[in-house]
Amino acid sequence: MHEPIPPAPTRAEAEAAGLGTHPGARRPDRRRTVSSGGLDIAVWEWGDPDDPPVLLAHGGFDFAGTFDTLAPRVADAGFRVVSWDQRGCGDSAHAHLYSWDADLRDAAAVLDSIGPRALPVVGHSKGGAQMLQLADALPHRVSHLVNLDGLPSRRSWPDVPDHHRTRMLNGELGAWLDHRRRAGTKVRRPGTVDELAERRGRMNPRMDPAWLRYLVPIGAYERADGWRWKIDASMRMGGFGPWRPEWSMSRLPSLGMPVLCVLGLDLEVMGWGTLPEDVLPHLPPGARFVPLEGVGHFVHIEQPQVVADLVLELIA
Amino acid sequence: MTTTRLTHVRTELALHELRAGEGRPLLLLHGLGERTPDTVPDEVAAWPGPILGLDLSGHGASSRAPGGGYTAEVLMADVDTALAHLGPATLVGRGLGAYVATLIAGARPQLVRGAVLCDGPGLAGGGPAPHSPAVLAPLALHDDADAPDPYALVELARDIRPDDYATTYVRQAIELSGLEVPVAVAAVVRPPWLAAVAAEPGVAIETLAEALRRYGSVG
Repeated sequence: MHEPIPPAPTRAEAEAAGLGTHPGARRPDRRRTVSSGGLDIAVWEWGDPDDPPVLLAHGGFDFAGTFDTLAPRVADAGFRVVSWDQRGCGDSAHAHLYSWDADLRDAAAVLDSIGPRALPVVGHSKGGAQMLQLADALPHRVSHLVNLDGLPSRRSWPDVPDHHRTRMLNGELGAWLDHRRRAGTKVRRPGTVDELAERRGRMNPRMDPAWLRYLVPIGAYERADGWRWKIDASMRMGGFGPWRPEWSMSRLPSLGMPVLCVLGLDLEVMGWGTLPEDVLPHLPPGARFVPLEGVGHFVHIEQPQVVADLVLELIA
Repeated sequence: MTTTRLTHVRTELALHELRAGEGRPLLLLHGLGERTPDTVPDEVAAWPGPILGLDLSGHGASSRAPGGGYTAEVLMADVDTALAHLGPATLVGRGLGAYVATLIAGARPQLVRGAVLCDGPGLAGGGPAPHSPAVLAPLALHDDADAPDPYALVELARDIRPDDYATTYVRQAIELSGLEVPVAVAAVVRPPWLAAVAAEPGVAIETLAEALRRYGSVG
């Protein structure tokens, strides 16, 4: 029998345990669980439960705790900020299967748990692209949409001959299938807080190491042999499939609610590589586009106050 | 019929042996909402070797995924799990199973010794391009453990199947399998992805019986 993995702490639990802090960061005030078709999704809330709600969606391989600097700033302006760990991430259940549509259904389950009214929705990266689709599918439930560096644009294939491309694709597919053959028994490698922070830093090279260390007791759990990230080891970066990045962007012009798109102009490994000229032709009427110079993909972590002010300007 | 249980990450798959025998196996992949038949279908009985069928995730005696998340690519990996157990095999896919057979024929060109694509449920999927989005919650039709997972029925009837996505797999099969004709289209109905596959050089248009005769004699 496996020892249960403890959930990340709430604000009160973190304070009681004397957990490490980070400037401007605050743990959520409340934690609850929503069932999405039988799968337990961990939901987190900052602020007064009677304030008007705002929903935040995190990006791929993240968890709701990565909003610990943005969410309190929005909550302190008079909002009930709700976020959730996507399936397989943070404290949500490790699913048998993962897909874009399943993530959207989980999002709808969380949205539904907040109430029947339309509310502002903010999404970062993959969460941004998914919330774009949610707003397109359920416009009556999304009053405002904020997209934080989550506008995929056309993939640029390397300029190689067709037969070489076929072999490259076959190599990717074979590697993915090999991973699936092993993934059933795979567990994450243990390490110290510093080691886990360093591993995460490889995919987040612009992040302050102190911030990455702050995240470890939230997104990881400790056993006698060390800390392990909670994210499901069967999930894998990259991937393939019929989905094309431009399909997300093509949903943007159809949106009728107030829209804000924020783009970090310093390109990095976890981003989509989207440029302002990719976004501008797709903006719906009245939408605001804010490119941020000197900021990478994690706009809300690098510039939480700037992003909070932009969000509040749209929704207040 | 004997059944072997295989594990694909967290899914328990049921691989049914319908007929024992020597030589390269024929692996049947059912359509959307179906399961492996209890006995060898007449139309494949002439196959010279053993005949097996795999219940895809969410179907038949294979397990269900709480909260869904079914994709054709995951089903392709179901088949890869069966191939890891069986070794090289010839595939016959119906409907959804035909699409999955196309994918795995490209992804594992050394293990798939011919894929025959037949009519059946779930052949078209969600069409070649994105549709108006919907957040669909499936209906629980009834509480029957043997019924297909309603999430599978919803998700695998709507997945997008672009023509040029399907053909990238066929080209891998053609270039890397060493077979002159690694894919045969026996389906009468051809949604856009299958019409594009059928138009690729190196894909045969022939009956199931003709295709099985040809693949039965391939080394």
